[in-house]
Amino acid sequence: MKKLDFIIIAVLLIAAGGLYFSGLLRPGSEGAYGVVYVDGKEVQRYDLSQNTEDTITGANGTNVIKVQDGKISVVSADCRDQICVNHLPINRENESIVCLPHKVVIEIENGEDNSIDAVVQ
Amino acid sequence: MAKKTAYYGIFAALAILMGYVEAVIPMPVPIPGIKIGLSNIVVVLCMYIMGTKEAFYISIVRVIISALLFRGFVGLWYSLAGAFVSYGAMLAVHRLKDASIIGVSVTGGVFHNIGQIVVACIILGRNVVLYLIPVLIVSGVAAGFAIGLVSKYCLSYIQKKRE
Repeated sequence: MKKLDFIIIAVLLIAAGGLYFSGLLRPGSEGAYGVVYVDGKEVQRYDLSQNTEDTITGANGTNVIKVQDGKISVVSADCRDQICVNHLPINRENESIVCLPHKVVIEIENGEDNSIDAVVQ
Repeated sequence: MAKKTAYYGIFAALAILMGYVEAVIPMPVPIPGIKIGLSNIVVVLCMYIMGTKEAFYISIVRVIISALLFRGFVGLWYSLAGAFVSYGAMLAVHRLKDASIIGVSVTGGVFHNIGQIVVACIILGRNVVLYLIPVLIVSGVAAGFAIGLVSKYCLSYIQKKRE
């Protein structure tokens, strides 16, 4: 190993630490809603305090979504990689579950932001 | 020329095989994008044994054939982006005299992840996977370091055999 190797590794790790501790890219406080987007557009909004199960139609298939104990997760999907199904349930802002093949994104939002969004749109 | 063609075939086949082996190994973490990057051993070695241009061809051929064989075309843009960004970053480090094959491999691991995240954000139309960047940088450094070590020992062995 040469000197520059150590510098490269150090710089990358410091960048990762900096991004994490800046708080921008870190899970935030608990949110009130689980919002489902398909192809960048909001299609469904779930109140995390109410347990439900629902099927979302994505770009190339469907995802079954479950809300339980204030958290939202994907219980099954007919995609190939199953990354969304393996993802742990989420309930904090900045967290998300993504199903790339179906272009489905589940995000956590807080109630207060909605009115601002509505006015802007 | 014939010798070079044979090398291309061997390297491309190895890279595709490594990709398959990796797809079979389940990753024990529920975070998408974390992986070892076994096929990068071949790309990095190719950079040092055949040359940088040749490594680029191997890398692109590997991504396209792997998509055809195992993953399907949904993941092609995603994989291509990872391969392009990773190759570009590795090429830059490779040019520097003070960096070894380990530095090249670490850079490749990290930038592969970053390239994929950027494309994922574009495909999904939302900036949601950005929160994975710190985690994927750290996992990219760790995986790249391991791959770099393996590549380093392979390289010194191959160079001894060739003399």
